[in-house]
This record gives sequence, C-alpha cells and structure tokens, in this order.
Amino acid sequence: MAAGVAAWLPFARAAAIGWMPVANLPMPVAPTNKNKHQDEIIILNVSGRRFQTWRNTLDRYPDTLLGSSEKEFFFNEETREYFFDRDPDVFRSILNFYRTGKLHYPRYECISAYDEELSFFGIIPEIISDCCYEEYKDRKRENIERLMDDLEDKKDSKLPNMTFRETMWRAFENPHTSTMALVFYYVTGFFIAISVTTNVIETVPCSSMPNQRDVPCGERYTEAFFCMDTACVMIFTVEYLMRLFAAPSRYRFMRSVMSIIDVVAILPYYIGLVMTNNEDVSGAFVTLRVFRVFRIFKFSRHSQGLRILGYTLKSCASELGFLLFSLTMAIIIFATVMFYAEKGSSSTKFTSIPASFWYTIVTMTTLGYGDMVPKTIAGKIFGSICSLSGVLVIALPVPVIVSNFSRIYHQNQRADKRRAQKVQKARLARMRISKSGSSSAVLHSKRNGLNQSLELTGSLEEDQQLKKTTSLLESQHHHLLHCLEKTTNHEFVDERLYEQGYLQTALQNFPSQSPSLSSEEGITGTCCSRRTKKNIQALSATHSHTHNLQELSALHIQCGEQHPLNTSRSSLNLMSDESGSLNCKSSGLVTTAIISIPTPPSNNSRASPDAPPPPNPDAPPLPNPGTDVVKISAL
Amino acid sequence: MKMSSRRRRCKRQLIKFTQHITRLITGTLSSDNEDEEQESTTVRYHPENLEQLQSQTHFSRQELQLLYRGFKNDCPSGVVNEDTFKNIYALFFPLGDSSKYAQFLFNAFDKDKNGSLSFEELVCDLSVLLRGTTEEKLNWAFNLYDINNDGQITKEEMLDVLKSIYDLMGKSIHPRLKEEAVRQHVRMFFQKMDINQDGVVTIEEFIDCCQKDEDIMQSLKIFDNAV
Repeated sequence: MAAGVAAWLPFARAAAIGWMPVANLPMPVAPTNKNKHQDEIIILNVSGRRFQTWRNTLDRYPDTLLGSSEKEFFFNEETREYFFDRDPDVFRSILNFYRTGKLHYPRYECISAYDEELSFFGIIPEIISDCCYEEYKDRKRENIERLMDDLEDKKDSKLPNMTFRETMWRAFENPHTSTMALVFYYVTGFFIAISVTTNVIETVPCSSMPNQRDVPCGERYTEAFFCMDTACVMIFTVEYLMRLFAAPSRYRFMRSVMSIIDVVAILPYYIGLVMTNNEDVSGAFVTLRVFRVFRIFKFSRHSQGLRILGYTLKSCASELGFLLFSLTMAIIIFATVMFYAEKGSSSTKFTSIPASFWYTIVTMTTLGYGDMVPKTIAGKIFGSICSLSGVLVIALPVPVIVSNFSRIYHQNQRADKRRAQKVQKARLARMRISKSGSSSAVLHSKRNGLNQSLELTGSLEEDQQLKKTTSLLESQHHHLLHCLEKTTNHEFVDERLYEQGYLQTALQNFPSQSPSLSSEEGITGTCCSRRTKKNIQALSATHSHTHNLQELSALHIQCGEQHPLNTSRSSLNLMSDESGSLNCKSSGLVTTAIISIPTPPSNNSRASPDAPPPPNPDAPPLPNPGTDVVKISAL
Repeated sequence: MKMSSRRRRCKRQLIKFTQHITRLITGTLSSDNEDEEQESTTVRYHPENLEQLQSQTHFSRQELQLLYRGFKNDCPSGVVNEDTFKNIYALFFPLGDSSKYAQFLFNAFDKDKNGSLSFEELVCDLSVLLRGTTEEKLNWAFNLYDINNDGQITKEEMLDVLKSIYDLMGKSIHPRLKEEAVRQHVRMFFQKMDINQDGVVTIEEFIDCCQKDEDIMQSLKIFDNAV
C-alpha cells in the first residue's frame, strides 16, 4: 500500500460505515492499536547532518531499514539519535521517499554510489518514480556496458580449451588476437582492393594502335584480367568457406548481411563460368558483372565507420521514409503545377507530368541542370516556389540523421534499438507487479489475519513467530477489505485460481460428494496454490447442490507456504536464498474455505505419500505430503 | 442588445485576425500569447484554527494534528477535488473499480456541494462516523444511500449503491458475481427495511430497523478506535 495514503486510511475506514446497514453477515473484529504512543520526532544523524522526521513517516515502509527494527542497531544511546555513516546527499532523496512516497534519482549522482546507498537502506530501485526512472535505467545500462567493455578486453586472452573451430572464429572476428588473424585480415583487404581496382580499370579505354578505335583495357588484355579476377574470386571463396566452417551457428551466419554480400560478390564469376558460350544470355551476363561492385562492401568488415553508417541508415529508416514520402508528395504537386503552367507555351519541354518530374527533382535538390527551364511567367513563379520549398523539405530530416549518426558513432554501436519497447514493457511489468503485489498481499494477510484471531493448538504458536509481522496499517487495510467481503458475501480469490476454478466448473460435472482431483495437470508449485486449488474444486463440487444451506467453515492447518510475490525486501532475500518453499514443519498457516457440504466432514488427519492423493469421499481438500491435517469445523 | 454584442464580437474577431496576420508577417518567437489570457486557477485554502475544530468535533488536539498533517501532505492546496478523492480511494481497493462508490462518498461528504472537500468537512464527518452516536451514523449512511437527497431511498438508488459496493471487489471473487445476486441483495434490504411496503425507505423506517438489528448496531461500533 502506498505510503501517501496511510493518512487517508481513517477516512476509508470511516466510509466503510456505509456498508454496515446493507451487510447481512457480522463484521470481523478490528485490529487494535496496541502501542498507542504519541507520535514522536526521531533524529537521524547521517555523517554529521541531522535529519528529523516523525516516527510514523518512517513506519510507512516496514520492509526497509529505517522502517523496521533494524535501525535499532544504529541507535546511539548517549545522543539519543540514530547514526548512519553514509552519504548525506543521497540520504536526502531516501528520506524524501518516506515523506512523499516517491523516490527520485538526482542526476548529478554517480549511479553505482546511488545503488549502494539504496541497497544499504533496503530500498529496491524499481520503486523509482516515473520522472526519474528513465534516466536511472539509462545511466545504469551505460555503466554496465562500460564494465562489460573492460571485461571483453580481458576476454580476448586465449582460453585453454578452445577447439580449432572456435579459434578460427575468434580469429575472424577479432583480427588482433593473433598474428595469423592479422595477416589474413590484411591479405583479404588487399585482395578486395585489387579486385575493385581491376573492375574499374577494365573499363578504361586504352588504345594499342593509333588508328584503331579505343577499346577498353578489359577487352585488350582479356586473359590478364581474367586471371586477376579468378585469383580474387578464389581467395574470396576460400575465405567464405572458412568462415562458414568456423561459424558457431551456420544458419545464422548464412543469414547475416556480411555473408550475403560475400555471396553476391563471388556469384557473378561462377555464373559467368557456367554460361560463357550461350549468346542469348551473354547480355544478361554482362549486367551481372555490375554485382561485382558489391565487393566494395566487403570493406565494411574492415572499417567500423562504414558499419556505423549502415547501422545509422537502418536506425533512421523512419526519418528517411518520411523524407522520401514528403519529397514524393512535393514532386507530384509541383510537377503537376508546372505542367499545366507551361502547357500554353510552344516547344516546351514539359511534355507530360512524368516528364516534369525530372525538372522538379532537379530543382528541389537545387541542382539546376538547366536542360528544362520554364518559359512562361507563371511557370517561373511556380518554379521559384518549387526550389525554395525543396530546400526546406530536404533540410528538415537531415539534422536528425546527422545527430543519430554522431550519437551512434560515439557510443560505438551500443545504442539499443529496442530501448523504447523494453522500457515500455518494463514499465507495464512494474505496474503489474506492484498491483499484483498489493492484491496478493491482501490475500496473504487475509489468511494470516484469521490465523491470528482464532484459537489454535499449541503447536502453532511457533508459527506465529515465524511469520513476519505486518504493520498496523497493513492489518487495518486488510480488515477493511475483509469487511467488504462480509458485506457482499463474496470472497477475494487469486486471479489465476479464479480462472481455473471457473474453467473447472464449466467443464466438469462433479458427483455428489467426491471432488475430482484428476485435473491436477499444470498445477505444481507451492503448497498454497495446490491447496487453494483444491478448495476451489471442493467449492465448485458442492455448488451444484444449492439446496444445501448448511454452511461450514473448515479450517485447514497445513505446512508453511511460500510467500506470494510481493516486492518487499524480505521476500526478495527469500527468493534469492531459499529456493523452495519455506519449510514444512508442523506449524502452518490457516486458510478458510466457505463450503457447503451435505454431511459434516470426517476427521481427515492422515499423512499421504508424495503421489497425488486419491479422491476421497469427503469434500474438503487433502493434506500435503508429510503433514498432519487437523480440521476444525465451526458452525 | 443583441446587435451591440454581435458587433462587439465582430470587432474582437477582427482585432484577433489582424494580430494574427501581423504575427505571421513579422514573425514572432513567443508562442504563448494565448496562455496569458488564462488566469491561474489554483485554489489556496486553509482551515479554521485548531481550537474551533476541536470544539466542533470529538477529536483531541493531537488527533487533529495528525489528521491534518496527513491531509496536507497529500493535498497541498487544502481541498480535495473529486478526481483526487477517487484516485486515493482506488489505492485502497486495487482489485476493483472504486470510482462509483468514491463518487457517492464524495457527494455524501461534500455538504455544501461545491465540488471540493475542505478539511473541515472531512473532519466533521469523520468525527460523526468514528465518535458519534449510532443515530448520527445511521443518518450519515442514509444520506449516502439517498443519492438525490429527497429523503427516500428508492430501489434504483439502492441498486446503484450496491452495485458500486460490489464493484469495489473486482472480478476475482468467489462465488462469481451474478447480476441476480445484486438484485437479490436489494430485495433483501427492502424486505428488512421497508416496513409499510411502499417501495421506498424513509429515514424513520431506516433508523428504526437498524436500531432493532443487533448485528448492525454491533458493526457500527467497530471503527471507533480508528484514529
């Protein structure tokens, strides 16, 4: 429950008087305020700076250091104050959290110092309020990445047991790990350069004889160029096959961009080998040679700047798309206008609207070739408007792309593409956790509350000390919800179990007195869920008998259960330290089930083995293995 | 009369238009000229002094101090409006939808019907509910149910109120909520309270019946130590 509303609890409880006249059942007993001491001001001395606050303020969050009895460890008897040897600046935000219910992250703080203070005072960072949460997460991620960079440098050292394949892959990915890798890196780079240069020089005309027409060098020195090409392609093929062999996941490697570029670079050569003699397709073969220029993209393995550029363009796809779209719109508009404006003049170049597209593009990008110019006055006016607007339309998205590039360049490709989605997902998850935490805390304490208010056998007294004490505020809140249940004569249940119970009533038809325990699939987990699931089964079994008005409250005392998910510090510690459920001692927790059964249940105390308990004629649920079940029914 | 107002409106529009054109031509960097026309609508309100509240309610000085501190923390402006009240109430009932019941509560607390609750209104009602006589409490409950304040509770009003209470529970309840259950509840209530069977419950019938019912009398007392 949020602390800020602790002050409103008396109002909410007073408003509950409105339910009393319509309720048909008696109300449960209210928790009493045992320690009615006056609210006092306590002094917190943090490294010399004294903070003062009401004791009630700190009690709002009983699972943190300041809210629990843990602060007594820091109590200084002589000065009657609590002394903490921590950072007073960060403590300011922490104390404000108690006061306002919102935890803020100050921007000038170092993230790891802040984290340490939070964990000292037992506050989980997920509580940071929305205004500061993004900043906190960003800084934290940056920090982690920085630390990971340091780790990665150490990772380059050779691990003792690496297979040949792994060594090769590592050599391909990080060329500076060994001299062989470096040699390979430079050799491939050199051959890429050679290949691109030969492709270029092939087309340069070089005349051999003065009175013959200029032929491109490629046609003069065919064999030399062919040999060069073959050598390059062989090197590239060998490299590609080696990478394919060394890749940890071949399928993923084959799908990656770099490998596709490799394939496209070497494919024309092989296709050319296959069909040199066919006259019809030689024309197509010539165009295939264009793809040889893709070899230049292989340089991107060698140049990080090129990779970043490609990544930037990919991440700015929306801005580029917007640029393209707006340009297209403007082109069509202006082309139409120019066409109709120039329609009147004779011998005009603006023969059709698509023909005017060329003029518009050239004008908007401020190229102005001059091969098409408007002659009429209207055409000139619209032409000038066209060029002015072209400047604007193109200039607008460009700074976005530029800033993107610089950001990515500085972060060196570590920007998270899906950061927005993850944050949104995390935020929704946080809200869900806090909501389910409060609701499950209600259900949990409802059972606990009944535990405390009923007479139990002696063996259960230890259990009460085992449970963590709920604050007075919590117990009052839960009492309020309990009154609501009584007013409406319906009970709160856990959402999952509610749905399962609903499904089971819909699907199964129970015989009169035996609940069907066959549908236990999918329900493993804690004792709690199994037990309350069986409660639902029993309840739904007997609900078909609405003529039975005899109501029994059967209390089942079973072994201790795992605490439901809530975001308190103690339960976090629990989850990290103890993997299973708490323990199955003889002490246990109490749950209530309001069931209507035709006959009183027989005493059902037996310890069943680990196997799922067989269906028994009695409606109430069966015990968990290894525990004694004592049922107390009260009319 | 109409002509002059129309002329005035015309003039105002014309002035606005010329202003807009000049701004367009000369270009201006300040973009919130329109915002200056809005007045600030924050309300600052502070309650009567402590002695007066002490005399008006059954609370002690310390209790009033505690209550006001908590109140001021959450509502620095000194008044609660309906939305804030609904939000606060929703935090107590996370599983259900508390807006309707909060609205009824707000109307019951808001005696002068000005759309916002001041600290005095809250604390006076609180003292009635927590420290008042059972008749006062029943009176308050009657006012809560009587939505249109006509002195009678009709079946529709009761249905609305009960539906809002059931809404507080939310969906994950057992047994599943049926439409009929709420109507059944209304019928039971009217059976108990409507003595002369005229279809409405007046305040005398209500107080009479409740005072005869031991359970209700008992349950009215459980919050007496709430502060």
